[in-house]
Amino acid sequence: MSVSFTRSGVVAGFRTCLPVAVGVGGYGIAFGVLARQAGLSVAEATLMSAVVLAGASQLIAVELWDAPLPVLAIVVTTLIVNLRYVLMSASLRPWFKEISPARAYGSLFFVTDESWALSIADLREGAGRGAFLLGAGLAIWVLWVATTAAGAAVGGVIGDPQRYGLDFVLSAIFVAIAVGLWRGREDLLPWVVAAGVAVVGAEALPGRWYILLGGVLGSVVAVVRRG
Amino acid sequence: MALVTYATKAGGLWLLGRVDVGERTEAGLDALPGAIIVAIVAPELVDGGPPEWTAAALAAVVAWKTENLLAALVVAMVAVVALRSL
Repeated sequence: MSVSFTRSGVVAGFRTCLPVAVGVGGYGIAFGVLARQAGLSVAEATLMSAVVLAGASQLIAVELWDAPLPVLAIVVTTLIVNLRYVLMSASLRPWFKEISPARAYGSLFFVTDESWALSIADLREGAGRGAFLLGAGLAIWVLWVATTAAGAAVGGVIGDPQRYGLDFVLSAIFVAIAVGLWRGREDLLPWVVAAGVAVVGAEALPGRWYILLGGVLGSVVAVVRRG
Repeated sequence: MALVTYATKAGGLWLLGRVDVGERTEAGLDALPGAIIVAIVAPELVDGGPPEWTAAALAAVVAWKTENLLAALVVAMVAVVALRSL
């Protein structure tokens, strides 16, 4: 499998991800507003978005924010909430083993639910654009950082993102990506298991454990059936 | 927080570089992306109502017919905003 790492790959990723990044921006504004209410400065909130780039864990960190800062609790929660990224980066291995470690590990900073999903869909189609994740992630990063700053600066002036349907952007894009990833009947059972486990897990477990659990068990179904 | 997050993002690729991946593990890895995405979106859809379900179905149909993500996204957004305002 030949995988390239080119400027045109970055551009393709950026373009494809831009409309999705606008939806992420709705959350960026919400995060900025919440961060300010929790006592972070505009600079602190913006810096957190720039270096962490993981929305769910940032929202939780802001909820835990207090004086003195509960550093250990924040770090441990961040680890747990973001464990799903381990699965996502593992799934990139067939393509990323073909590009240099510096490029691969540099690109991985830009893994988010959205940039990863778009990249895996693009890589599966066989275009071999190893730089797609970097471009898609940059689109998310720019919007996420800018809207965090904007949200933190204006505080509560902006209304509920739900009013503009922005809360639904991510669901819609994930549905469309799932359709593109469908490989046929072999996927049916793993997907049903993943969906069922995730729905039950989302009710019963804290944080984002349901994504990890649903993803792992869906994948285990495929492993067991192979054996 | 930044370091821990990066460790998770890099960790999967790193770990797989250190173990031999057999055929069965390969089958699991092939199924993984779809399973993760379904696990992300299923609870969100269950939490929604008829506007979200209709819009999601439209997104699926448009994505299926056109293979164009942007078209699917636009149709779904127009649908959800319109249906919620009914």
